[in-house]
Amino acid sequence: MWERIYEILKKEIRQALRDPKLRATMFFPPVMQILVFGFAVSLDVNNVKLGWLDMDQTEQSRSLLHGFQGTSYFSLTGVAHSEKEAQALLDNGTADAVVRVPYNFGADVSKMKQTEVQVLVDGSNSNTASIVSNYITSVISGFNAKTLSSQRGARLVAASRNGPVLLAAPSVEAETRVWFNPDLKSRNYFIPGILVNIIMIVTLNLTAMSIVREKEIGTMEQIMVTPIRPIELMIGKTLPFALIGFIDSVFVTVLALLIFHVPFRGSALLLIGAAALFLLSMLGMGLFLSTISHTQQQASMTSFFFIQPAFMLSGFTFPIRNMPAPIQWLTYLNPLRYFMDIVRGVFLKGAGIDALWSQMLLLGIFGVAILVSSALRFHKRLD
Amino acid sequence: MKFRRFYAIFRKEGMHIVRDWRSLGLALAIPAMLLLLFGYALTLDVDKIPTAVYDQDRTPQSRDLIAHFQGSRYFHITDLNATYSSIEKSINKSNVIVGIVIPKDFGRTILSSGAAQVQLILDGADSNTASIAIGYANALVATYSGEVRDRELSRRGTPKVKLPVDVRVRMLYNPELKSKNFIIPGLISVILMLVAAMLTSLTIAREWESGTMEQLLSTPVRPIELLMGKLCAYFVLGMADMVLALVLGMGVFKVPLHGSTLLLGISSMLYLFGALCWGILISTIARSQQVAFQISLLTSFLPAFLLSGFIYSLDNMPWIIQQISRIFPARYFVAILQGVFLKGIGFGLLWSNLLFLLIYAMVVFVIANKKLRPKIA
Repeated sequence: MWERIYEILKKEIRQALRDPKLRATMFFPPVMQILVFGFAVSLDVNNVKLGWLDMDQTEQSRSLLHGFQGTSYFSLTGVAHSEKEAQALLDNGTADAVVRVPYNFGADVSKMKQTEVQVLVDGSNSNTASIVSNYITSVISGFNAKTLSSQRGARLVAASRNGPVLLAAPSVEAETRVWFNPDLKSRNYFIPGILVNIIMIVTLNLTAMSIVREKEIGTMEQIMVTPIRPIELMIGKTLPFALIGFIDSVFVTVLALLIFHVPFRGSALLLIGAAALFLLSMLGMGLFLSTISHTQQQASMTSFFFIQPAFMLSGFTFPIRNMPAPIQWLTYLNPLRYFMDIVRGVFLKGAGIDALWSQMLLLGIFGVAILVSSALRFHKRLD
Repeated sequence: MKFRRFYAIFRKEGMHIVRDWRSLGLALAIPAMLLLLFGYALTLDVDKIPTAVYDQDRTPQSRDLIAHFQGSRYFHITDLNATYSSIEKSINKSNVIVGIVIPKDFGRTILSSGAAQVQLILDGADSNTASIAIGYANALVATYSGEVRDRELSRRGTPKVKLPVDVRVRMLYNPELKSKNFIIPGLISVILMLVAAMLTSLTIAREWESGTMEQLLSTPVRPIELLMGKLCAYFVLGMADMVLALVLGMGVFKVPLHGSTLLLGISSMLYLFGALCWGILISTIARSQQVAFQISLLTSFLPAFLLSGFIYSLDNMPWIIQQISRIFPARYFVAILQGVFLKGIGFGLLWSNLLFLLIYAMVVFVIANKKLRPKIA
């Protein structure tokens, strides 16, 4: 038996490495993906294009503008002189937000009278918009705090002639501590997730494609007249791709650490173990796809049909917490969900088996269940 | 180019598409699935952030602050009796994203007019949720701080201190800040690219693989007729997907369309045409389905998904990636889609994007036509 498996393995590896295009597809797409995903996928807002509509043009309004320019988040991309120009800045995307300073802003501020600043935010990208609005509000609160304290100082001087005045008023301040990712870089969150995607695409596709191709060109029948048994064929067909999946994932992890400086706080051993459990599911899915497809096109379209929602519902970009309840239940059937948790836990939180055991267990159960049922189905199809 | 021969090819392709129920099903089912996913299940809107509270103080003041968090729709308090270690554990297991720790002297500090502190512990791993949560939490604490101050000042009979500047934020274009309102229009570009470039390149690569392309060669059909016939057949399919996207997006998910339907139609046709030509070009280069699939995934689907501004904003990408994104038509089309759907802007602001789509379509058409010729002759 081992001899025959060995022969199939040899044939598969030779076949996979012989075709230069296929050889390229094994390693080129993962590298491309980690680079493109790594650089492109980000929900951070580092650079807010700010439009400025200053109807006041006083020292105070300029000081507010300095408040914005003093942070690294804003760059002034447009100065409007009328409401219409402000609208145009937003319409053509020159600015993400326009701050409108009203006529008597400076006078009101120095008279300690409350004044109102209007902020128009391009809400079309709702995520960016809420972060932009947070940034703007915090710059203006900074301005408020500064103004208040200088006003208080002035009042204290004025009031102190008639004896001391108790001006202290209670306040509450939030002291924020961000764990695991103190700079709040979304890259640190996304890059470990990309690893999941790459392992899935490589192993699932290659397994399904390599079997379906034999069917399509008729060599499957030739294999079946040889004394090879279905189980041997299956092992021979899946092992090389499991191996490639492993090599790819180590390769991609190293790239992620070298290029993107993503923290890796957990145990590599735990990650490898989880990857092995995850591979079971993916190879099983690949086998299953091969039993329902006759052509490579069908296989790739169908695998796409599985991959796309599985990836979307894994919590990669869109938090599972925000999904409607029935969809959240559905995600419990998604092996990617568990692997995503594990990968992120290991990379970012340094989580160990004590925090991740339930995910590991479920991943293992799914892996064995999917692989065994696909193998049975594959076996039946061959007989 | 003879219409009769073009039509024959067109009909043959149409029959291929209709007969292969799986390809047809997938060409319509994948788009429908993506639309349902993004319209119903996937959202970036952050609310009900799971929060644990460690109240060391247990005074009316600390309970008052907690009530503010309970009243907000952005926070969902899952544990009122947490401790440092239970917060740490919950964050490690990702059951909780925010921990609020109220120190022992919180109430006393407020009563003695001091500056009380609340500690917010955040799971920064999901940086996006964390940064939005910080914004909401700070705003809540600031509101509470203002209330406490006003209460104390009015007790003393001193006039209230008003903030010098009051901020009024107005959200334009998407006032309810729903992520589906910008994601679904952008999704149209992904769907068209998927059907056009991927399906087309695969089907034609299959003809090369199975040798039926050679049979076509022995007929008097000319390359341009072959190209046009195939293009038109898949064009119809792509347009069907477009209609599906509009019906689901606007009818079921109520995404508003503020701009001109005509502009939407013209730009979609241009984009679809360019994508189809690209698919044919891939198939003539790759000649095998497996390779065609990989190339089209890399050059059409991924750019449309990642480098288009459809979910991930282009402005925040590194300069070099922004330049790369300019080669692909998706970003121009997504700009048009989001402009037309959300902003209601017209040709005057979008002409350069349209022009690029036109140039792209023409260039790829000419190359595809050239590439097809020597292989046939």
